[in-house]
Amino acid sequence: MGNKVTTMRDAIAELVRDGDTVAIEGFTHLICFAAGHEIIRQRKRDLTLARMTPDVIYDQMIGAGVARKLIFSWLGNPGVGSLHAARRRIEQQDPEPLEIEEYSHFGMVCRYVAGAANLPFFPIRSYYESDIPKVNPNIKWMRSPYEDGTEVAVVPPLRPDVTIVACQRATPEGDAQIWGLLGCQKEAAFAADRVIVVCEELVDESVIRRDPNRTVIPSIIVDAVVEQPYSCHPSFAQGYYDRDNAFYLKWDEISRDPEALDAWLKEWVYDLESHADYIEKMGPAHWESLKPEPATSGEVNYGRYA
Amino acid sequence: MSDPGYTKNEIMIAASARLLAGVRNCFVGVGLPNIVCNLAQRTVAPDLQLVYESGVFGARPERLPLSIGDPTLVSGSTAVTSMFELFAYYLQAGLIDVAFLGGAQIDRYGNLNTTVIGDYHRPKVRLPGSGGACEIAIHARKVLVIMRQAQRSFVDELHFRTSPGHSGDPEHDRARGWWGSGPTNVVTDLGTYGFDEETGEMTLLTLHPGVTLDQVRENMGWEPKVAPDLGETPPPTPEELRLIREELDPEGVYTS
Repeated sequence: MGNKVTTMRDAIAELVRDGDTVAIEGFTHLICFAAGHEIIRQRKRDLTLARMTPDVIYDQMIGAGVARKLIFSWLGNPGVGSLHAARRRIEQQDPEPLEIEEYSHFGMVCRYVAGAANLPFFPIRSYYESDIPKVNPNIKWMRSPYEDGTEVAVVPPLRPDVTIVACQRATPEGDAQIWGLLGCQKEAAFAADRVIVVCEELVDESVIRRDPNRTVIPSIIVDAVVEQPYSCHPSFAQGYYDRDNAFYLKWDEISRDPEALDAWLKEWVYDLESHADYIEKMGPAHWESLKPEPATSGEVNYGRYA
Repeated sequence: MSDPGYTKNEIMIAASARLLAGVRNCFVGVGLPNIVCNLAQRTVAPDLQLVYESGVFGARPERLPLSIGDPTLVSGSTAVTSMFELFAYYLQAGLIDVAFLGGAQIDRYGNLNTTVIGDYHRPKVRLPGSGGACEIAIHARKVLVIMRQAQRSFVDELHFRTSPGHSGDPEHDRARGWWGSGPTNVVTDLGTYGFDEETGEMTLLTLHPGVTLDQVRENMGWEPKVAPDLGETPPPTPEELRLIREELDPEGVYTS
């Protein structure tokens, strides 16, 4: 156990290997773009990328050529439209094919649940009379062994080699607290072989111990902790900074044009050494514009039982 | 035709909001459904709880969210759940009264395609896929669809069935044992539709003011079934228009 604090560069270099299945989860909230950018910068290859909603970060990673395969349930730019780099590879094999394996949201969540709970499969009431199982043989059918014999769809466990989770605060050991949208980070982290926690701020263990109900990821499953403010931009961290909707709209234009995409990657990823450079290049006025007014929760009384 | 004083989107929003009268909770999507639900909450469904796929129950957004995962949905809501809880305990358990779905293609039985145009393995257009739509179609007690009407979207045969609607055989539909039963209503820029209880087929209930039956026929890929008492959609009221324009979409992002 002990202190697991490291840099993003070292965490990605040591824990993400070519050919790995990587999950950078977060349902619109707390998507760790900084980790995705570091994976691009280190030119990792042949990754299988898993995410419910690939979002702009996976479009960037797919455009940069790190991925061989995508496992997902909704492939779009939320509230905007398409992910054009991913579409080019699926529709035109441009510049190369992208293997896909798709589920519905519930199916994808339950793949992580099965992985996290060490189950051979997970049953759900979904996919009835849908064409999805016809194009994904991993979705299978079974009857309940109990009296009613209900037919359910089953999905196999998803066990990423690496799950990367962003959070608001964590201890150096890796006990991580999240508030706001919870997505399926907990399930994706417990399902993974290796876990990287990226926090907006490192806090003392006493801060976590004062509010243990808010801990989503326990240090027992965490391999590395990276303190990186604004690691989720243009996604958001509830209470820290807003979603940069203007960038999501802008990405639609950038990703339509392969040359513009390459130029963007060069300017904002390859030519920068780290996310600290990205923050500086974006400029303080931009970060100020994304800062919300405070709206704090009241405190609860856990009681002291000495 | 003279200017009716409202846009196509505005009559779609008003007609859809009225379908939410008395509803307790609704699974909201972004764009038009978001405005529809917020309008209904201010008019015909004051107790309506807004549920977002991102895991928010009882949202009170202070601004119009661009995506269903906006931080404004979290602050001031009654509950934030993990995705597993939302889909398992709320949706699959039958707690969701109404949900909105849309798609690139719909057929006469309300089956929806949000996956692909063309062949799945050699797609002409790769669409986003299911997201939660497949299970929402199965478990929400009522499903409302808001879509613009055109030959390419109201099709005789879907290229891919992402989310199931009615089967065309009501006996089969009743035996499914799902909470849902296929879409209950479709609202387009030309009119409003229900689904025939006997055949499960989409049936034109009202035409929007100034729209003709021929226009409806020109914009769908099958011969539409028409209700014997075909009516006219009531236009948006001044109060509905005021709420839409001044409070819900002041910049006209979705309504102009």
